[in-house]
Amino acid sequence: MLKQIEGSQAIAEAIGLCRPEVICAYPITPQTHIVEGLGQMVDRGEISPCEFINVESEFAALSVAIGASAAGARSYTATASQGLLFMAEAVYNASGLGLPIVMTIGNRAIGAPINIWNDHQDSLSMRDSGWIQLYAETNQEAADLHIQAFRLAEELSVPVMVCVDGFILTHAYERVDIPAQEQVDAYLPPFEPRQLLDPIHPVTIGAMVGPEAFMEVRYLAHYKQMQALGLIPELAEAFQEQFGRDSGGLIKPYRSEDADTIVVALGSVNGTIKDVVDELREAGMSIGSLAICTYRPFPHKAVRNALEHAKRIVVVEKSLALGIGGIVATDVQMAVAGLHKPVHTVVAGLGGRPITRDSLRKLFHRADAGHLERLEFLDLKHDVVHEEIARMEAGRRSGPIAENILHSVGTVASQIR
Amino acid sequence: MFQVRIHGRGGQGVVTAAEMLSIAAFVEGKHSQAFPSFGSERMGAPVMAFCRIDDKEIRLREPVLTPDALIIQDPGLLHQVNLFEGLAERGYILINSNHSLSELGLDTFLQTHPGERISVIPASELALKYVGRPLPNAALLGGFAALTGLIQMEALQAAIRQKFSGKIAEQNIAAAQAAFAQVQATLQGGNPC
Repeated sequence: MLKQIEGSQAIAEAIGLCRPEVICAYPITPQTHIVEGLGQMVDRGEISPCEFINVESEFAALSVAIGASAAGARSYTATASQGLLFMAEAVYNASGLGLPIVMTIGNRAIGAPINIWNDHQDSLSMRDSGWIQLYAETNQEAADLHIQAFRLAEELSVPVMVCVDGFILTHAYERVDIPAQEQVDAYLPPFEPRQLLDPIHPVTIGAMVGPEAFMEVRYLAHYKQMQALGLIPELAEAFQEQFGRDSGGLIKPYRSEDADTIVVALGSVNGTIKDVVDELREAGMSIGSLAICTYRPFPHKAVRNALEHAKRIVVVEKSLALGIGGIVATDVQMAVAGLHKPVHTVVAGLGGRPITRDSLRKLFHRADAGHLERLEFLDLKHDVVHEEIARMEAGRRSGPIAENILHSVGTVASQIR
Repeated sequence: MFQVRIHGRGGQGVVTAAEMLSIAAFVEGKHSQAFPSFGSERMGAPVMAFCRIDDKEIRLREPVLTPDALIIQDPGLLHQVNLFEGLAERGYILINSNHSLSELGLDTFLQTHPGERISVIPASELALKYVGRPLPNAALLGGFAALTGLIQMEALQAAIRQKFSGKIAEQNIAAAQAAFAQVQATLQGGNPC
């Protein structure tokens, strides 16, 4: 059914249709309306049987999900930003134990400096944790990816993170087709655990493993990720058959088949990028884009095939690996290794800075002319940065950088951007 | 694509206004997108919300930088925030105030801007009268419907009923209808304020 609905509410409805049995969440910032919506649905008996557990921290939220999943319940939680970092130990445990939990990340920046706005630093900090990571471009895709995520997680017995841009998607009202219960039931079979805490057939989930076997257990976790590379496109295809929509999959090329410049990105910024690609194509530029939907496992082969013919690759990413540069770009570089193509990293939108058509247009023109540096920062206020560097060089006690920068930037409440 | 930017203060229902506008456009079969500026979300702090309306899917995710219409919920912001930044040449302006344009210090606008695209309505007063609380958003959307002709009152009523329930919804609809009638009357009278 078509609805004009907030992203978080659409995701909550999609999760409700997946018949979760345990939902646990810590209901404080950085949380979204997703678990609030789910809490109301459980309270009204719309998701049944289901237990909503209000826990005391994000660490507890995922720990409870781990216990519930090990006991055979379809389990869900959501978090973002600092909340994800606080549950980090449990994040690795969930995947190490092979428990098919689904978790939404409403992507936000990580402090300090404290900031509640959108970027991808939080989920990318967990990229090597063994969770599958799917990134949504629209709220329709966000809703659809959750339905695919439960099936993917349970078929492989691996946890899945569905990453949805905080605010930009989670707080946006747009058109979303919420499927019918029968459709979801036909797509998503009941949870049949590979391992189960059962007093009649006792097993140990979480045995201590020494040097004699640890590598093998870890190898098999990697093996499952490699299996996911094959399974994800199959599930996306089955989804399209059932629901009539192209959602998910490994990658999504856009007008890139013959493009000299290909722009690579994760998440909702791909929408703005496509608008600029259309505009520049009309003006005669040879440009296209590539959305990476599945970031973990990283689809090296698919990305390489999509980029093989490009003259240059521009990775626009909402993340920064301090001391090296791009995170996504590093993986893209590995995918095109040996092809001798320039891969430019453009760090953009950190801490919620808007990524505008105007800035992208200028960036792509410079890329097309071959003028991009290896590492760039989109819309960085160079004057403000240089002012602070000068302050640091001028004397010992230059003070806290964040406060100094705020003084330099001035009042923001009076500004539109 | 038609882009609307709504300015107000935290607690005035700015975000809800953008959401209701997007629902009204959806009811009329259009694509629409509404989202807040996520600024300092404190009571009284300047807040923006955006709404885009189009006949095709909206992919753009940047804030509304070049609005086709401005809705100003709090006239106190007029000389504090750069409200008119990026406004289209013949863009619509709807201001919530019981003062005239010249009293607001905006009469110079009429020299360059078409008068039939500017309207000032006492939306907070209408809200106090019909709803009992000075929350001007529904009334302003009624005025917006009359000023722009972009959405029909029936669709707006459906949107208000989706965001509010029972008596509150009906009261907000009454405020929206009163504002609609008022703006229509001033437009027909040829007097923008």
